[in-house]
Amino acid sequence: MSSPAHVAHHAPQGFIRRYIFSLDHKVIGIQYYFLGLFSVFIGVSLSLLMRYHMVNPNVSVHWFEKLWPTAATGGVMTPELYLSLMTMHGTIMVFFVLTTVPQSGFGNYFLPIQIGAEDMAFPVLNMMSFWTTFLALVVMVSAFFVQGGAPLSGWTAYPPLSAAGRLTGPGEGMGQTLWIVSIAIFCGASLMGAINFIATTLDLRCKGMTLMKMPLTCWTWLVTAILGLFGFAVLLAAGVLLILDRVAGTSFFLPAGLYINDQIIANHKGGSPLLWQHLFWFFGHPEVYIAILPGMGVTSQLLSTFSRKPIFGYKAMVYAILSIGFLGFLVWGHHMFMSGMNPYSAMAFSILTMCIGVPSAIKTFNWLGTLWGGKIHFTTAMLFALGFVSLFVTGGLSGIFLGQPALDLYFHDTYFVVGHFHMIMGVAAIFGMFAGTFYWFPKMYGRMMNETLGRIHFYLTFIGVYAIFTPMHFLGIVGNPRRYADFTNVQFLGAVIPVHQFMTYAAYATASAQLIFVVNLFWSLKKGPRAEINPWHSTTLEWTVPSPPPFDNFAGVHPVVYHGPYEYSVPGAERDFIMQTDPPAVHAQA
Amino acid sequence: MNMAGALTHDIIQGPPAPPVDRGWGDGGGSDGRGADRRACFTGLFVLLAASTMVFAALTSAFIVRRGLSDDWTSMHKPPILWLNTAVLLASSVALDLSRRALKAHDRSRFNLWWSTGTGLGILFLLGQALAWRQLRDAGIYIATNPSSSFFYVLTASHAFHLLGGVAALVYVDVQALRLRLGPAKRTAIDITALYWHFLDGLWLYLMILIFVWG
Repeated sequence: MSSPAHVAHHAPQGFIRRYIFSLDHKVIGIQYYFLGLFSVFIGVSLSLLMRYHMVNPNVSVHWFEKLWPTAATGGVMTPELYLSLMTMHGTIMVFFVLTTVPQSGFGNYFLPIQIGAEDMAFPVLNMMSFWTTFLALVVMVSAFFVQGGAPLSGWTAYPPLSAAGRLTGPGEGMGQTLWIVSIAIFCGASLMGAINFIATTLDLRCKGMTLMKMPLTCWTWLVTAILGLFGFAVLLAAGVLLILDRVAGTSFFLPAGLYINDQIIANHKGGSPLLWQHLFWFFGHPEVYIAILPGMGVTSQLLSTFSRKPIFGYKAMVYAILSIGFLGFLVWGHHMFMSGMNPYSAMAFSILTMCIGVPSAIKTFNWLGTLWGGKIHFTTAMLFALGFVSLFVTGGLSGIFLGQPALDLYFHDTYFVVGHFHMIMGVAAIFGMFAGTFYWFPKMYGRMMNETLGRIHFYLTFIGVYAIFTPMHFLGIVGNPRRYADFTNVQFLGAVIPVHQFMTYAAYATASAQLIFVVNLFWSLKKGPRAEINPWHSTTLEWTVPSPPPFDNFAGVHPVVYHGPYEYSVPGAERDFIMQTDPPAVHAQA
Repeated sequence: MNMAGALTHDIIQGPPAPPVDRGWGDGGGSDGRGADRRACFTGLFVLLAASTMVFAALTSAFIVRRGLSDDWTSMHKPPILWLNTAVLLASSVALDLSRRALKAHDRSRFNLWWSTGTGLGILFLLGQALAWRQLRDAGIYIATNPSSSFFYVLTASHAFHLLGGVAALVYVDVQALRLRLGPAKRTAIDITALYWHFLDGLWLYLMILIFVWG
């Protein structure tokens, strides 16, 4: 059993207890952040390799052969190698970047401070959760180095491909097994994290911090934790069944009469590949919100701060977050319109999917309402928050098309879907992370990041991601299939090859622009100008403590909250912001 | 009241108390007494929700797999399962008697019943292992039939949860026998007992699932 927060009160001694096996939620948050940074480096590298291959499928590259002697003989990638890069790109990005950084990284660091707690509810569990995630990443990456290489079955691991074993492809032996083991470990880690987030939010808030006085970031972390709790529990169960099909000869997902690579699969019968899809997407759809909700929280926080206005419709925002979370569990079927489901079921899933448009629109209009008439400060953090809104709207609109069964039948296996989910789940969430980084960096490290580099990085990235992902929608309309390693020999796609070339160059440029961020991050860590306690004139509790905060966050003082989280430009107040901890009487009279 | 007046008022009397709500909206604070105990209970309920979801997922897989195919033949169930069920129920009863003894400040009876409950819990696990052995000897393996596949998966998942429960039971028992059962450990006792009762209920549910549809 994990010890409650008060036990781990005194600061730890020694390097290992302080920085490696630390119980401090702030150190653990930073560990998660850098785990995500490492993962995103791998994930982006893989995508660049894929983009290169798509436009140069037959060009021999010397070091491909060095890296993959069997899968890239003569320096030319096999289609199987391409699929393994795609699988690992998706998996690493979704699990180890999008799930990890916004929630476990920023959430770990700032949830306890924003609600006025000394630490998470269960610090030991918190530490275990990080190291279990680390183990999952090690197992996942090791799939590259086993015989046959990484798996081919995509981040969704659909059976029979993922279940029938070696003969379905080179990465489907040990690589696929490691994939499932890694995901199962990751599920365990996420469940531990969810327990901590929920217990901390519900029980460790300081005096006066009612639920409706919490910053919206805390609301999104809470709802994300609840989604993770239910989602990862189901994925864990599904993963156990899948691995048993592979190693124990069961037939949960494998039907009879499979004929794969000139061989009949004799030992299995009666299983249902669709059963996996249902279980997977029951997790998979909430996973989209796990990735995006914390970004929404950060965006709300930043739009209010940098417009110097209260968030428009705080309560509506909270209810929108809750209903997005709730509805997120009812729409998994819209990922399976292609599976031959009953049209009535498809209709039901489609209507429920449209329902999510309502809270999403509420959030978007409230963001615009927040900006309306505000004194907008275009800091880098604010730019990324605005970029988030833009990408969320763009990605959300294409979702309306995909939510129609009739249209989805056409679009589903095309680049339209790739464009859609990269916009809304990938890039929007990553913009949320950038926004959070620029906003909270001064608090985390006591130094400011460079705004000029930040702005250059923002504009290059913002234009870059639109240049990469907007053309994908057109490719989808043309009928360009996704997951193909090479379309150069497909006659009807001849005309769109230049579009692919453009996207590849855009990807190179955008990825290169990220180096500016990396330089800015590490340079600012060492050389950035010292940050004051509250450089952005924000109102929430983390801006009342030194930068970086002391070990127990409030140096033994128990904060008391009197104000809501977004009291900006209150008429009659001395300053244009009122801290949550400011005594009420000072500002009571106008 | 003007600003100066308000400030003077604050300096003399301190700022007015923040509004107090009840329940989760309270913001009772990490300094508030009982926050850690409350957090432990919340943590436990969240864990139980996760476990419930794991078994809900397995149940839905069970129903779908059974309904979709024609290869499901009901497997032979080892009769020892009934005995195991009785043992597990008895362990729950023992834990409850134990907690009542603690409320009546009867430490020695607490120790006796808690140790009994722990022993019965371990006995249940051994009984489950015996059931698996009997199945193995009868030639029923995990891949023999979907019915047996689900039997092994469900009982193993339950046993995995139970291992954690036994570890907690043993921990409390050791603390009790070493006379280290201060008020801080009461939370551990309550949490462990509650978790154990949950596993007990879960097992009854699995018995119904296995015997009625398995």
